[in-house]
Amino acid sequence: MRVRVLVLRTAGTNCDLETAYAFGKAGAEAELVHINELVRKEKDLAEYQVLVIPGGFTYGDDISAGRILANELRYKLSDRLLRFVEEGKLIIGICNGFQVLIKAGFLPALKGLGKAQEVTLGWNDSGRFEDRWVYLKVEPGSRCVFTDGLEELLYMPVAHAEGKFIAPREAIKSIEGNAQVVLRYVNPSGELSGYPWNPNGSLGNIAGICDPTGRIFGLMPHPERHVDGFQHPRWTREGLREEGDGMGIFRNAVRYVKENL
Amino acid sequence: MPWRIEVRYRHGVYDAEAHSKAGEMREVGVKVERLEIIWVYRMDGSMGLEDADRIARELLADSVTQEYRLGRDAPELWETPEGALSVEVAYNPGVTDPAEESIKKAIGDMGIHVEAVRTAKRYILWGISEEDVDLLADGVLANPLIQHLVVGGEALRPPEEPWKFERAEVPIREASDEELMKISKERLLSLSLEEMRVIQEHFRRKGREPTDVELETLAQTWSEHCVHKTFKGRIIYEGRKIDDLLRNTIMKATEELSKPWCLSVFVDNAGVIAFDEEWAVCFKVETHNHPSALEPYGGAGTGIGGVIRDVLGTGLGAKPILNTDVFCFGPLDLPREKLPKGTLHPRQIFRGVVAGVRDYGNRMGIPTVNGAVCFDEGFTFNPLVYCGTVGIMPRDKVKKAVRPGDLIVLVGGRTGRDGIHGATFSSDALSEGIPGGVVQIGNPITEKKLTDVLLKARDRGLYRAITDCGGGGLSSAAGEMGKEVGILVDLDRVPLKYEGLSYTEIWISEAQERMLLAVPPENLDELLELFSREDVEATVIGKFTGDGRLRLRYRGEPVADLDMNFLHGGLPLPERKAEWTPPTYPEPDFPPQKDLTDALIGVLSRPNVCSKEWIIRQYDHEVQGGSVLKPLVGAENDGPGDAAVVRPIPSSKKGIAVANGICPKFGVIDPYWMAASAVDEALRQIVAVGGNLEHTALLDNFCWGTPEDPRQLGGLVRAALACYDFAKFYGTPFISGKDSLNNDYLLDGRRVSIPPTLLISALSVVEDVGRVVSMDLKRPGDLVYIVGTTYRELGGSEYWRLMGHLGNSVPKVRPEGREVLRAISRAISEGLLRACHDLSDGGLGVASAEMAFSGGLGLRLDLRNVPREGVDRDDEILFSESNSRFLVEVAPEQGGELERLLWGVPFALIGEVTDDDEFVVLGLEGEEVVRTSIRTLKEAWQAPLREV
Repeated sequence: MRVRVLVLRTAGTNCDLETAYAFGKAGAEAELVHINELVRKEKDLAEYQVLVIPGGFTYGDDISAGRILANELRYKLSDRLLRFVEEGKLIIGICNGFQVLIKAGFLPALKGLGKAQEVTLGWNDSGRFEDRWVYLKVEPGSRCVFTDGLEELLYMPVAHAEGKFIAPREAIKSIEGNAQVVLRYVNPSGELSGYPWNPNGSLGNIAGICDPTGRIFGLMPHPERHVDGFQHPRWTREGLREEGDGMGIFRNAVRYVKENL
Repeated sequence: MPWRIEVRYRHGVYDAEAHSKAGEMREVGVKVERLEIIWVYRMDGSMGLEDADRIARELLADSVTQEYRLGRDAPELWETPEGALSVEVAYNPGVTDPAEESIKKAIGDMGIHVEAVRTAKRYILWGISEEDVDLLADGVLANPLIQHLVVGGEALRPPEEPWKFERAEVPIREASDEELMKISKERLLSLSLEEMRVIQEHFRRKGREPTDVELETLAQTWSEHCVHKTFKGRIIYEGRKIDDLLRNTIMKATEELSKPWCLSVFVDNAGVIAFDEEWAVCFKVETHNHPSALEPYGGAGTGIGGVIRDVLGTGLGAKPILNTDVFCFGPLDLPREKLPKGTLHPRQIFRGVVAGVRDYGNRMGIPTVNGAVCFDEGFTFNPLVYCGTVGIMPRDKVKKAVRPGDLIVLVGGRTGRDGIHGATFSSDALSEGIPGGVVQIGNPITEKKLTDVLLKARDRGLYRAITDCGGGGLSSAAGEMGKEVGILVDLDRVPLKYEGLSYTEIWISEAQERMLLAVPPENLDELLELFSREDVEATVIGKFTGDGRLRLRYRGEPVADLDMNFLHGGLPLPERKAEWTPPTYPEPDFPPQKDLTDALIGVLSRPNVCSKEWIIRQYDHEVQGGSVLKPLVGAENDGPGDAAVVRPIPSSKKGIAVANGICPKFGVIDPYWMAASAVDEALRQIVAVGGNLEHTALLDNFCWGTPEDPRQLGGLVRAALACYDFAKFYGTPFISGKDSLNNDYLLDGRRVSIPPTLLISALSVVEDVGRVVSMDLKRPGDLVYIVGTTYRELGGSEYWRLMGHLGNSVPKVRPEGREVLRAISRAISEGLLRACHDLSDGGLGVASAEMAFSGGLGLRLDLRNVPREGVDRDDEILFSESNSRFLVEVAPEQGGELERLLWGVPFALIGEVTDDDEFVVLGLEGEEVVRTSIRTLKEAWQAPLREV
């Protein structure tokens, strides 16, 4: 079957092409669609099975990262998004896309989808943008379909200024309790650790979470930047690998769609 | 009445920005006890309380970490606590507030109408006095060129009034020489007396006075910034006349080398070379020095924004795929007393420049993969900010041509009063009294939107030519584009950011993020539709006429009518004298030390040598997913890579390598050998990763003091001659370049010039990225060879400077250099090298230490075998900065093959990689001259710039 992926673009999106490339490599048909095309109904969200909100600086991160696109989704596309999720389809937000999903209330969605912002991604403790490679531990027992069956330790870069996961006490209890934590920053031995292994000071070292269904996934690190062996920072000393750790996430999405939709 | 909304963090939330701001305050001697930041929004419009509250709650404040207050016409919503001061900072009227557009859009998405939005920041400061605020007003809390600050009150002001049209003439026909110069000075035209006289004569013949905008157009077009008259004029040097230095040196090398892969050189916004059968790559590096001295953040940001537009405006438009940035600053530890009032400290400039490049480049989604930073006291008043961009385009989109009848379409950002007189101003020395308005503020998202839609329009073939609006604004972009055919522009059609601009300001504004297209009328509808779909403005502002004139109108009334021939051919080229007498500095004479461990640690800690990781990590160096060799390499991802390698087409094994060579430290001794060394350095880095000389192109970027000074100009001529000599020598053509002269500062009437500085940037096509090599040592037991000869060349070196000397013996480039570089390329293409690093700042000592600690492995070196001439001291062998040298790692079983391959070039086996963390060097006598651990060396190298 055809797996159709909509890669959402708007002013300031900048990881759209490599994200589409990664999905293509995983066997999907990925299409770049400008948000205006959805708002004006020139493109129909219902024709796709996966929605990606890729990385970038939508609307310049003005006010705060992801805020303005989150606002636009809520006011312009909310009904269609809810229907998309109800139909059992998948949404992934990477970096800026994660910020958007959180600020639009699509993650963690403890009290329902798109209702209110429940947690946030604040400024890195270092106070600045940082690009560095991080080790991620896939949370055992997580209900996320994107990370199902992946190796325990993944390696990929983060590149952001506002990625510190912050949650009120009640919210974090529910997120942990519902198995909605998907990825945590760890050191090379797989243990929870401080800066720079936890690059931004995230609560509980949280790097990615999902909604209660496991079908909406957001993460700060960039899996689409580690799909080829050449992208690994140490391939010249450790050898060229067939593919990067990020591929599993895209392949899982494609497999899920094929098996379930 | 406007709404005012204030937003702040809730109690207990860590505010990283406030934390670092407090640190900056302490740096200027203000000991603030506590600092709180409040974001202020002013919204003009008729919305009611409910809507205003919804905007604050849903949009402006983060419900998890922040709280807000709102009020109408109230100056401060949170009262200033007892014992604290409230300082509010806002942009000056006429300066772009980058957040305004997106906030308005978001409010519109909510279904609420808003007229205008302005933002400000309010600082609540504990434990400081009003006098302290004066210390903060100039660089820490605000930059007076673009911002103003109010203590205990509201800084946001209402919008401007519309401008009333008035056609203005400037009487010059009867003016005396003195009056002519007065006009040039007062109007910031930066025109010389001779140039003013030519203009006077022209209008006398025409029998009328010029209008203000005609005079401005001439000044912009004839500015050093736009026309490079020093390089094109006549120079008398050592009794010989050089007409057009550029054509006779740099361009001549390219012509004579005549490489078939050079597709477009020196004619467009960037130079273009072939990548493969289908694709071409283009490269341009520019400077933005004066603006960065005054407003580091905005100046550097618009510097990168401008060079990105150069690439977008090359041929029919290229997609930017990487950025590179090179900075020169004054010493970060310069005592504040040494600075005249109104001058920013190098540390402030450094931070601002890095942040400006970071925020613009990252938001554009272009990886910053390579760069360099040099420090010298000579850059204190005139920092240098070089920004470069590489783009990729289909080979059939490399050429462009305007036709009469085409429409002039202005696309991208709106025009405001930002950057008026930037081009003419940059053609003059900096001094204390700076005119406002010369600085631009960028908005990268506007440029990103523009980039996305332009490339679509290009692929659909909707326009015939494109150029960017940079220095000189529309006047230079439209004037240049319509040079051959003539233009008619209606200035009142240009979309403005706000009312209040005169027609002259519209014409010369250097507002950012704008490009001009030549659109055939039959494509107009499709083009406008495409742009509107992605929310990018596109407006027809005139047409290409075919009458060879430059005509401007405002609301139908003619305001300018100039002959293109006069505009582009009337400039009297200057004749200048150049001279060169080599300076002599005392030759150092100090006894050698027995133990060189401390010296090595000292050299590794020098600002020019130490790790720049703090900067590099703030740049996104892997967006677009193409990075193959990153700027940080090695076992712990923190070693200093040589050239960066990027793979622009994911399905292809081909890549491009980019590197920079810059050595102002030799410029004060001899600009000829400085230039030669810069070429060598750039090419060494290309070769060290696996590029080769056969498919490598160069860019030149001269930053110099005033060419009016014959000695400055003499140095410039020498550097240009070296560019010719060594481009020819290495067979690497120049494809584009730029010069920024007048990097002077008037200090108490005395002219202070920067050290002569030439940046050479190299771009190379790498056939197979699978072959590239990084610089970190890889395996214990491997052999380490040095390739190339070491001479006694320590003049200007890091080691001699560390010891307090300058000397005279700058590194030269010798005939063997080419063979060395070729041999290294060959060795890499045959897969023989496990690691390769070029020897540059700090020589063999620094290169070997960097390779060892980047690989996390020990190294044992023996200096006795190092091929050398005229040098017999351990310290000199270890720290000489001779050119064309490499250190390579090879597996023991391949040593023989490498030696066969290197036959004919100077090389020697000098060391072995060890399985510990010991770094040991044996001297000429066979005794240990360095013994330490790689951890110690790495710490010495990382500590100096770990936090700035």
